[in-house]
Amino acid sequence: MSEETTLTDKKIFTPFNIICGIIIVVGLILTILRFTKGLGAVTNLDHNNPWGIWIGFDLLCGVALAAGGFVTSAACYIFGLKRFHSAVRPAILTAFLGYAMVVLALNYDVGRPWRLPYPIFYSQGTTSLLFEVGLCVFLYISVLFVEYSPAALEWLGFKKIRNLIVRMTLVLTIFGVILSTLHQSSLGALFMIAPSKLHPLWYSEYLPIYFFISSIFAGLSMVIFEGSLAHRFLHHKMDETHLAESTGVALGFAKAASFLMMGYAGIKLIGIAIDNHWHYLATSWGQWYLLEIIGFVMLPAYLYALAAREKNLILARWASVVAVLGIVLNRLNISVIAFNWNLPSAQRYFPSWMEIATSIFIITIGVVAYRFIATYMPILYKHPDYQEHQ
Amino acid sequence: MGITRRKFLGWMGAAIGATTISGQKTQAATTKQFEGHPGSGGVLHDITRCIGCRKCEEACNKVNQLPAPEKPFDDLTMLDNVRRTDDKTYTVVNRFPNDSGTSPVYVKKQCNHCLEPACASACFVKALKKHKTGAVVYDASLCVGCRYCMVACPFNIPAYEYNSAFSPRIMKCTMCQPRLEKGLLPGCVESCPKEALTFGTRKQLLKIAKQRIQKYPKRYIDHVYGEYEMGGTGWLYLTGTSFAQIGMREDLGNISAPQLTAGPLSDVPIVVGLWPVLLTGIYAISRRKEKIAKEEQNEAVAATLSAANEEMEKKLAELKDKMEQQKEAAINLEIKKALKEAADQAKEDDGNAPADGPKEEK
Ligand code: SF4
Ligand code: SF4
Repeated sequence: MSEETTLTDKKIFTPFNIICGIIIVVGLILTILRFTKGLGAVTNLDHNNPWGIWIGFDLLCGVALAAGGFVTSAACYIFGLKRFHSAVRPAILTAFLGYAMVVLALNYDVGRPWRLPYPIFYSQGTTSLLFEVGLCVFLYISVLFVEYSPAALEWLGFKKIRNLIVRMTLVLTIFGVILSTLHQSSLGALFMIAPSKLHPLWYSEYLPIYFFISSIFAGLSMVIFEGSLAHRFLHHKMDETHLAESTGVALGFAKAASFLMMGYAGIKLIGIAIDNHWHYLATSWGQWYLLEIIGFVMLPAYLYALAAREKNLILARWASVVAVLGIVLNRLNISVIAFNWNLPSAQRYFPSWMEIATSIFIITIGVVAYRFIATYMPILYKHPDYQEHQ
Repeated sequence: MGITRRKFLGWMGAAIGATTISGQKTQAATTKQFEGHPGSGGVLHDITRCIGCRKCEEACNKVNQLPAPEKPFDDLTMLDNVRRTDDKTYTVVNRFPNDSGTSPVYVKKQCNHCLEPACASACFVKALKKHKTGAVVYDASLCVGCRYCMVACPFNIPAYEYNSAFSPRIMKCTMCQPRLEKGLLPGCVESCPKEALTFGTRKQLLKIAKQRIQKYPKRYIDHVYGEYEMGGTGWLYLTGTSFAQIGMREDLGNISAPQLTAGPLSDVPIVVGLWPVLLTGIYAISRRKEKIAKEEQNEAVAATLSAANEEMEKKLAELKDKMEQQKEAAINLEIKKALKEAADQAKEDDGNAPADGPKEEK
């Protein structure tokens, strides 16, 4: 919190700081509770519902929404769309912090967090998709750290090593895409082991592809959404290039997301056709499913297309909010809402307020860290010593 | 944007293609049935013989040193609610009303010790393993507590010690693996007064089960539950009441858990092998495009420049021409003017003495 106070320069008790302070205090109390009394003391998890929102929201949504890192850097460095260059650093930073929050949340969720390195270093359960997820996330977070590090090194003034890392950009980007492809899709594949528990409308042999493609437009949407937040609160930190390119980034991403989302809605329907699950659409689960697809995929896709055509930045931002909510809805549907759908309602899971508060606490830590880094390090602007492109 | 879009689609096309191919492989694999380790054991639970005395629950609690229950095991009011296994109970007996409305049916529930266990294939540290005795055993010293095994188990068997902060364990029936190693029967089997539980190799048990069905076709439904369910289970069930009635799912299918996830797992090498090639290719193309664009740009600039030069020269030449013309005209004019002046002068001077100034000498 001490950084917080120096951040604002003026007052300590700004609304932002007060709210953050309260959340962090509550979060710390819950943390103590969790690690001294066990999961049972803070969560509503039970034997039938072993995974709650710490997995469904913190892990699944966190990873999907952090996909902006690999999408943006791939667009810029591999696809050669240099006009997105100024979006790369903020996207990488968000991705890095996003994954850091995911790992933090995992420490709360698993029973013995000090054993989290086990699957990688001690006893590899290679038949498990969770193993693949764990390995890829571990490798990718390392890659993200390296990708992010030039900003910190510029800030600290370590020129040589910074230049060395910048020269590895292409390799790092390719690594990032491979690892992201693997773990984004594997997160969906996690649920393929439980066809008897996940509602047939959401269960599909194509879950890995659904997760991968939706992660791309989740990442694109998050870059747009986060851009609008940054413009509001960190405008003074942006240099001319960033400001000049940002509208183009948002509209370009909006257009790409619109195409992807339309394609995604299409393959979702193909999945239903292949399994011949049309009849489920007439049930109340079907309505819920259609709400997700029409209201939170097709609608934002349409809004994006409109925004790109009319060059309407505000509309693109609103569409990104809907699209991000849609991703959250989708991931929660698969992991919590439509999972165990056939259990009687008394045995269904609903998160406790403490689980929700802990999730908010973890997000808050991420936001504070972003603010700190974006305030001090060259994220939204280029460091004066390193003006050349790349 | 046009090219980007195409590239994006091509990229995805490759991903979809990769998964579809392996998806077919998964399906092809399902025609094979894994028979289990040779000689691996199991238990046959003849539901028609069970009287709901809960003696097996009691024995299980004792041999596994589980905490004492709130209500004693001879308190049969526990049967009023349908229960599941939990962190203090490896096995439960449940009571269900009979189809025909006659005496109720009692069903014992515990880990089924699947031939290809979902839990073990899901565990990312191999804390759960299928032993060659047939038991699916758990090693708490490896467990991270991710609870993916609980997500994976189609029978909702593994339970978790949610209230332990420092050493929470997965809790589930071990088929009394420690006792089997000593040559003893599982606790529940030993304690059953009605021989509703029979221990043996899975092969023997299947034979016994089918014999019973054949001998008493009225007493039993013609299906051994667990022969094929989820790829086959170590525990097998005989019943006279429909499975739906007694809380046993019939929609699990015969595909074992490892086959369900074989597709995505086999995609890993494809992605790892294909992506670098594809991405470097795309990079090369975009670089080349950039290079060509740059060259073209340079050419265009040069062309414009030289065109501009020519134009300039032309203009200059024109200007020069014009200027010369003007100059000439001006000179001519001057000369004319001078001539005229001279002529005027001459007229004026006519009578007078010849003056200075130019004279006509014609
Ligand atoms: S019944 Fe469940 S816990 Fe037991 S072996 Fe099968 S998958 Fe594992
Ligand atoms: S909870 Fe333990 S036994 Fe179960 S999958 Fe996770 S690590 Fe394996």
